[in-house]
Amino acid sequence: MGAPILEMRNITKEFPGVKALDDVSFTVAEGEIHGLVGENGAGKSTLMKVLSGVHAFGTYTGDILLHGEVQAYKHISESEQAGVAIIYQELALIPELSVYENIFLGQEISKGLAIDWNETIKQTAVILKRVGLDVNPSTKIKNLGVGQQQLVEIAKALHRNVSILILDEPTAALNEDDSENLLRLLREQRAQGVTCILISHKLKEIIDIADTVTVLRDGQTICTLDASAGEASESALIKYMVGREIDNIYPPREHEISTEVALEVKNWQAYDPQLGREILKDINFNVRKGEIVGLAGLMGAGRTELALSLFGNAANYRVSGEIFVRGTLMKFSHPHDALVAGLVYLTEDRKGDGLILIQDVKQNITLANLEEISLRGRIDNNAEIKVANEYRRSLSIKTPSVEQKVGNLSGGNQQKVSLAKCLFVKPDILILDEPTRGIDVGAKYEIYTIMNRLVQEGMSIIMISSELPEVLGMSDRIYVVSGGKIVGEMPAGEATQENIMGLATDY
Amino acid sequence: MFFRDLQKVLKENIREYGMYIALFAIMTIFTITTDGVFISSRNISNLLNQTGYIAILAVGMTLVIVIQHIDLSVGFLSGFLGAIAAIALSFWHIPVYVVIPLLLVLGALAGLITAFPVAQLGIPSFVTSLAGWLIYRGALLLVTAGTGTIIINDNIFNAIGNGYIPDIPGLSNFLPEMHKLTLLLGVAAIMLFIKSTLSGRKEKQAYDFEVLPQDMFILELVFVSVLIALITWVLAGYNGLSWTVVVVLLVVSIYHFVTTQTVVGRHVYAVGGNPEAAELSGINVKNITYMVFGSMGMLSALSGILFASRLQSATTTAGTLFELDAIAAAYIGGVSAAGGVGKIMGSFIGALVYMSLTSGMNLMGIDIAYQYVVRGAVLVAAVVFDVATRSSSK
Repeated sequence: MGAPILEMRNITKEFPGVKALDDVSFTVAEGEIHGLVGENGAGKSTLMKVLSGVHAFGTYTGDILLHGEVQAYKHISESEQAGVAIIYQELALIPELSVYENIFLGQEISKGLAIDWNETIKQTAVILKRVGLDVNPSTKIKNLGVGQQQLVEIAKALHRNVSILILDEPTAALNEDDSENLLRLLREQRAQGVTCILISHKLKEIIDIADTVTVLRDGQTICTLDASAGEASESALIKYMVGREIDNIYPPREHEISTEVALEVKNWQAYDPQLGREILKDINFNVRKGEIVGLAGLMGAGRTELALSLFGNAANYRVSGEIFVRGTLMKFSHPHDALVAGLVYLTEDRKGDGLILIQDVKQNITLANLEEISLRGRIDNNAEIKVANEYRRSLSIKTPSVEQKVGNLSGGNQQKVSLAKCLFVKPDILILDEPTRGIDVGAKYEIYTIMNRLVQEGMSIIMISSELPEVLGMSDRIYVVSGGKIVGEMPAGEATQENIMGLATDY
Repeated sequence: MFFRDLQKVLKENIREYGMYIALFAIMTIFTITTDGVFISSRNISNLLNQTGYIAILAVGMTLVIVIQHIDLSVGFLSGFLGAIAAIALSFWHIPVYVVIPLLLVLGALAGLITAFPVAQLGIPSFVTSLAGWLIYRGALLLVTAGTGTIIINDNIFNAIGNGYIPDIPGLSNFLPEMHKLTLLLGVAAIMLFIKSTLSGRKEKQAYDFEVLPQDMFILELVFVSVLIALITWVLAGYNGLSWTVVVVLLVVSIYHFVTTQTVVGRHVYAVGGNPEAAELSGINVKNITYMVFGSMGMLSALSGILFASRLQSATTTAGTLFELDAIAAAYIGGVSAAGGVGKIMGSFIGALVYMSLTSGMNLMGIDIAYQYVVRGAVLVAAVVFDVATRSSSK
């Protein structure tokens, strides 16, 4: 094993209200494959953003040393210059351009004022051979498969004489063959002296390929294991990843779950015409009145897709199967139908498709149920303010007034406005997608308390969450989703983080 | 205390009042530079009649821009429909009571056709409406090809663009130079305004909500009342209210009410603010798109009627550049190109500002070349002001 090529010392990064990284130290030796694992939200991505200059120097504390020299990247271009290349899960290629145009983007070979395309294509062929990709350099990116696109990204990075290659969940979207292919390529690159940081949820893969594994949890480094010496077994990694003590961050609740089934889904399938593949297969599940059902799984497992397809097929998939609400077969062709039937969906992306940031708190809260505050199509503005103030009080939304623009509120308060909007529909069944994503511990506790109150009042909640402790702490029953299928069901009492992770990561 | 309140209210609402202040400033400047001709009853009456067909288009365009779209076809659509009206009246001898509703329906249909590729296939409205621009231009040339300009002889139709509301009979000795019915309507408007504002304030107080301080409230009442009184007085000094003004006021009031007070209006702004969020809130974005373009088409027809009626004829170039005038008026009136923001009243005032510039500069005898430059400068200034004040207001 070589000398350290990268050292990150005592990195601390705070976002308003959240400490994303807390005194993290992380060392990578030259020429190794270093696995970085941790639950969603453990701080892996933040750490890599600090390394690449997405979070500029000065917005964090601590030192980054590359080849023993302190680095201060103000922008991602500076880290690229220094030889740090990140390949994200969402690829950064331009679909309408060819392979060679993408690889040389920003580093064009010029002959006089014009680009020397012949030389570019010649060099591209050499680079493609190096990553083992057998396609015509003139092929457009959009005509390549995801696995091939990934290889183009790597080729692009290698061309830039990268000293550290960082791959963020490179195999999440790949099938088994493509994954194997990619891992083989990484081994070959290691043999040629390329250093690589691999972030992955697929623990088997990490154990298989990594020399060293670092585990992050809650923004802290838990341990660094020597995988080549066999220290990193799957069970050891899971234990380190999830070994948080669950004490009182989940408020207790006392309620009786009725035997009445509020929602039942049978043989549910969905096909995404844009991706051109089946994204949900043979989904069967139910939720009873007064019950919180957790949908656990990794990102990309298909949980959000399931929620959207049930909620009036909001994403325009081709769906088949049956939805029963309180025993009645329903057919939803638009989210509006689902709302009328008492089903409501809280989005995971409150800024993207949840809230209207340029409108004020009251307009957002009442949007999905304006009929409630209007008479013959005319809105009663005073009733609206009254309603909004009621939710502001009951959900303790911190805002100077209900006429404040939602865009000016903090993440936790935006989430509460989003929740208030869902509750104002007076639903029977509430689908919460990552209800506590990106909000601080205090606001999380308040949201949990509200959820408890709602089920005590007889509502049913389906909670999608990538945070296992949250799933365990809040659910009555848990379904594990993986690869668009339900791969397991268990009462919360029998569930452990280990067995959920085992099911969710079992590809 | 009074001035502190005034300063606070002005500062908090600078964006809203900005346009009124701009209109006031422009009118004052032109009144001075034209030795008072600009503010004369006759000129103001003409100005309002000229503004009519642009204001109507600007009202519809406001909603189109609010939902993040654009409609370039409206100018020639209004010209084309105006020609259809002329043909129906002069050649086919269809009664005017049939022609007008028929045209409004045709206009709405044209709007729905423009919206179809936009709503169903997600094709940019710039493209589909540009196609409409070409098609209606061709259609206008086609229907006027044989005849050239078509003269309209229908008195009722022509009165829409040129006529004035009748006066109260038998009062010729009382205020002989004035239009009595106009004055009466003005007084009624002031009373209605005071009554509705008072009851709105009382209702708010009953809920314990925040209201304007008493002195500011009285100031607002007095200010708006005096404004209405002045406009009424000026108009009554010529021929009184024209039918065009009546039509424009009706359209503006209806659209103002719908956009600010109703569920449908709220849905339009929600779609403009965030279409994905609107869809997940149970709003059918497609239907809203159809509705907004349909209304735009209908208003294009109305605009075409006003224009043809004002000229008492249909010409081969009717409607040229109307769409750009309407878009400019909407932007001057504070509509945001990013969508979700824009008021009907704003666009109406924007249209007035825009047409005041034309009218004032014409009176001053300024060359048309400079007029375009000035209009362009005012458009940029208005949008810059709007963007600059947007961040500071709440």
